[in-house]
Amino acid sequence: MNETTRDVVELGQWFDAYVADEKKIEPKDWMPDAYRKTLVRQISQHAHSEVIGMQPEGNWITRAPTLRRKAGLLAKVQDEAGHGLYLYSAAETLGVSRGQMDDGLLSGKDKYSSIFNYPTPTWADIGAIGWLVDGAAITNQIPLCRCSYGPYARAMIRVCKEESFHQRQGYEIMLRLSHGTAEQKRMAQDALNRWWWPAVMMFGPSDKDSAHSAQSMAWRIKRVSNDDLRQRFVDMTVKQADYLGLTMPDPDLKWNEERGHYDIGEIDWSDFWKVVKGNGPCNRQRLAHRQKAHDDGEWVRDAALAHANKRVARATRDAA
Amino acid sequence: MAVAALKNDTLSPDRQVLFDYAVMLGDTALIHGQRLSEWTSHAPTVELDIALGNQALDLIGQARMFLEYAGKVEEAGRDEDALAFLRDGFDFRNLLIVELPNGDFGHTMARQFIMGVYSSLLYEALSASQDDQLAGIAKKAVKEQRYHARHGGEWLVRLGDGTEESHARAQRGLDELWPYTHELFTTDPVESAAAELGFGVDPSGLRAEWDGLVDDVLARAGLSRPEDDWQPDGGKRGEHTENLGYILAELQFLQRAYPGAEW
Repeated sequence: MNETTRDVVELGQWFDAYVADEKKIEPKDWMPDAYRKTLVRQISQHAHSEVIGMQPEGNWITRAPTLRRKAGLLAKVQDEAGHGLYLYSAAETLGVSRGQMDDGLLSGKDKYSSIFNYPTPTWADIGAIGWLVDGAAITNQIPLCRCSYGPYARAMIRVCKEESFHQRQGYEIMLRLSHGTAEQKRMAQDALNRWWWPAVMMFGPSDKDSAHSAQSMAWRIKRVSNDDLRQRFVDMTVKQADYLGLTMPDPDLKWNEERGHYDIGEIDWSDFWKVVKGNGPCNRQRLAHRQKAHDDGEWVRDAALAHANKRVARATRDAA
Repeated sequence: MAVAALKNDTLSPDRQVLFDYAVMLGDTALIHGQRLSEWTSHAPTVELDIALGNQALDLIGQARMFLEYAGKVEEAGRDEDALAFLRDGFDFRNLLIVELPNGDFGHTMARQFIMGVYSSLLYEALSASQDDQLAGIAKKAVKEQRYHARHGGEWLVRLGDGTEESHARAQRGLDELWPYTHELFTTDPVESAAAELGFGVDPSGLRAEWDGLVDDVLARAGLSRPEDDWQPDGGKRGEHTENLGYILAELQFLQRAYPGAEW
């Protein structure tokens, strides 16, 4: 059946009202093409971030300082791989294939969170990523549990539970370091110095400069503005840093009595755009690593497919 | 001849055997888990990253239980971390096969299968140990190892049957690892003493069943059982390949660089 202009106009009105009424859109429901496209972009980008995110943390699995930490980190990186998989599945419900998404990541067409283009030179980076990066991710993702697209909202509920465990685990690493020897405390401060601003920038540009914000808010994909999310994160994290006895790398950070929030210094967006455009410290390394794993695994994937086809052929022959 | 180990003089000979035996099991699980964890983010699919990570996590978990218990038996104030991070290579008692580099995915699956079958049989027998702690650890670990054996075996069949390249790679992995499988079934004095005392397993008794299970999967995979030729050993008495030093340099880095720090 062909959709007429009238159909589309009516469906559009239905969709807007349905979403405004806080009802969930499911895979078989009608949705505007642009809504579908926005979700595919956002969910696949989120999945890619989980997959690329395995690298900076995976970097310390073989060097974790105790067996308990090693087990915790292995489990965490596995959870990230798992989040990547549910998110890829959620995106698949919108009609995009896993192969298309893999190609999008490897060709550089699709983005992933810029935060994973920073390196993890010390063990404290594992603490800082858990505390700050997962902390920022949860702040972003809690409102996504109420996103209008059902499969994404449900994936986020599970992801948030696991992320909140990771965040506590990261904070506990920082706590141990910052209350440890002078050398450990220095390691913790160094990591905070390097991760703070990139974490603050994870919420994206200010709403007035954000390309997709207004439409995503109307569609109930996005529920809270970038600046408001950033403020929530800052307010929560400053207190946690105090408890650690670490110094925030921002001389302009101060409590604003009137607003009831912390003010932070000017964000250097040129650094953010530099990394988004591919020129962060690890962009090339992360993609090359992913590409190598993909290339090295090609014969394995081919073998699995060949074996499956042979089995079908043998079963068909035997049945004949 | 292997260098004499440093001993806690106050430990009775039987407790010493129990300590040495638990360390031997713990070291094999630890070094194997350490090696396997190197795959993280390099696997052929994200699904396999999860599967390999899961198996590495099982092995690290087994290592922790055996080493923590060894430390308690020894009563010298060493915990799982002191044993894992503060011993040098010649005090490690792991099987040589687990310290070899991972090689390609075919090589790794061949090792997961070989070790999965071996450890399943070992832990099954150890579940009847007269030492409750060892029996308890073995009962938990046997379930994990059976899964490693199944997963590795299924992949060997896929690779053996799949394409010409995958067949060649799986066969090469098997050929490279095969010499090291003999050590699995040699009986070290610690193992024979542990078996006589009723808490350990003499691994030579596991050979026939291992052979049968391995031959069965190799037949399904269309892979040939390599010739029994060179039979290196030494891991159980602390004589290792050159690989172990590098594994420990990585594993122990932080504990060695910051002595006495807590993490």
